[in-house]
Amino acid sequence: MRDVVVLGVGATAFTSQTPEVNWKELMYDAAVKAYADAQIDPRRDVDSFITCAEDFWEGFSIFDEFTPDQLGAVMRPMMTVTGDGLQGLANAYMQIKTGMFNIVVVEAHSKVSELLTYEHVVEMAFDPIYERPLSAERNVHPYYVAGLEMNLYLHATGTTEEQCAFVAVQNRRQALSNPLAPYGARIGLQEIYRSGYAFSPLKKWEIASRADGSIVFVLAAEEIARRITKKPLVYLEGIGWSSESPWISARSADAGYARRAAQLAYRQAGITDPRRQIDVIEVEDRFAFKELQHLEALGFARPGEAGWLAQSGALGLDGELKVNLSGGSLGCGDLLEASALQRALEIVLQLRGEAGARQVPNARVGVAQSWRGLPHGTGAVAVFARRD
Amino acid sequence: MTKKDKFGPPFNPRGKPLEANEMEKIPHIRAKAPAKYAWAAGTAMSRFLEELKNGKIIGRLCAQCDRVLVPPRMFCERCFKPTTEWVYLPGTAVVETFSISYIDQNANRIKEPILVGTVAFDGAPPDCGIMHYFGEMKPEELKIGMPVEPVWKPQNERVGSILDIKYFRPRKK
Ligand SMILES: [Zn+2]
Repeated sequence: MRDVVVLGVGATAFTSQTPEVNWKELMYDAAVKAYADAQIDPRRDVDSFITCAEDFWEGFSIFDEFTPDQLGAVMRPMMTVTGDGLQGLANAYMQIKTGMFNIVVVEAHSKVSELLTYEHVVEMAFDPIYERPLSAERNVHPYYVAGLEMNLYLHATGTTEEQCAFVAVQNRRQALSNPLAPYGARIGLQEIYRSGYAFSPLKKWEIASRADGSIVFVLAAEEIARRITKKPLVYLEGIGWSSESPWISARSADAGYARRAAQLAYRQAGITDPRRQIDVIEVEDRFAFKELQHLEALGFARPGEAGWLAQSGALGLDGELKVNLSGGSLGCGDLLEASALQRALEIVLQLRGEAGARQVPNARVGVAQSWRGLPHGTGAVAVFARRD
Repeated sequence: MTKKDKFGPPFNPRGKPLEANEMEKIPHIRAKAPAKYAWAAGTAMSRFLEELKNGKIIGRLCAQCDRVLVPPRMFCERCFKPTTEWVYLPGTAVVETFSISYIDQNANRIKEPILVGTVAFDGAPPDCGIMHYFGEMKPEELKIGMPVEPVWKPQNERVGSILDIKYFRPRKK
């Protein structure tokens, strides 16, 4: 079967609010950049378009009605994936693999600053009969589930609170070298502790702040891309996704969704020893402990080992594992379904050698991992590589 | 004896309608969806809404396909190019299509039908008009292709909303 490559990427800067544009103008901005990067005209060259959106995030029913204009997709095949950006990429990948389409565009965005009742919409994702009444009864913020998961993870692996706090310090610092990231900061463990428990053992500054932004990917069949560009191509070598049962009490301590998604992606990409074979790593860190849990689920560390790696400085530009150099979600912000594409974007920039001050020398293989966020256990993993 | 008779009366797939009080007896959970939003109108629509306050209709020109887009957009969805210029339009328009609505939001029949439709503004192409009400005419007078003009709310009542126009009425000769 034909191979799939990344022909172009484009993104707006990520920022806490975007009152100057509506969601269409935000998406248009990212799309224009991606098409310029891919050297294509969407009205002529693109066969199919995919956006990743959830109606309740947007506040519209049937949100896909409102997406063609700003992507150049009027009167073209257009669909919305009710999932994150990597799940959107997976759909594009399959559309190209089948031979049905040659060039497919994937967009994901966040306009979360316009959602005035974020906590309530998250709460609406809880089981309405068994779980929601408990949130409503005492008016508790739904992120308490992150506290439950963190406690279970620490208990199961022996990871310490300090090791988790270290992730929050590191990712905010790494974000300072990513021009797209709004939440870069030079802080220490003391500031994380001083921020206080939000949902113990989870501290306030271990939680990613939300951000607006849009990211667009142009995927193409390899032979089509070769006709368009002479630049080295980044291949999408494998992609997988998986969902756990939604019962909160049945949730695994080891991010089983990410482990399973990684198995799928690794098998396609021929990854048998991720720690040795993969040069750059972007894993989901909306809550600091999640980075450690996800690193273990993806096979970069044994259970309980990721915290030690973090503490010893092994997870960074100068460490053994190049993890979340983009700043991750703690640095770039929680971009809803677009956080997944933000991770993939960083991998593409790294593999192209366009990551600026945070560039990993000679990066050849990278992995991006997503998690759709609370309360559910759904995640995806994509492996990208240079072959030249 | 047919097979049906043997097993009693034939199965009625439509069943029987639920009465309101029967619904109450079924174990159920009631919930509200407290989802609230504040959407930025964006660069183009913000200006359009501001100009409505002034009693003016404004569009954006796409230099590529030479269309004046109303309501305005910062990019042309056909050419995928940025629009280049603000263009004031006279506000007069033509009925593109209409329907006479006899049913209200709660599905009750209403005596005074509501006249709704789309209009294309003079100076802009037919495919980028707006939706609105019609007034100062009998339902049977409303025709596709009919020249109409906006009836504005008094200036001090305009808030920058599509409802700053009360409705469109037949254009005075
Ligand atoms: Zn045009």
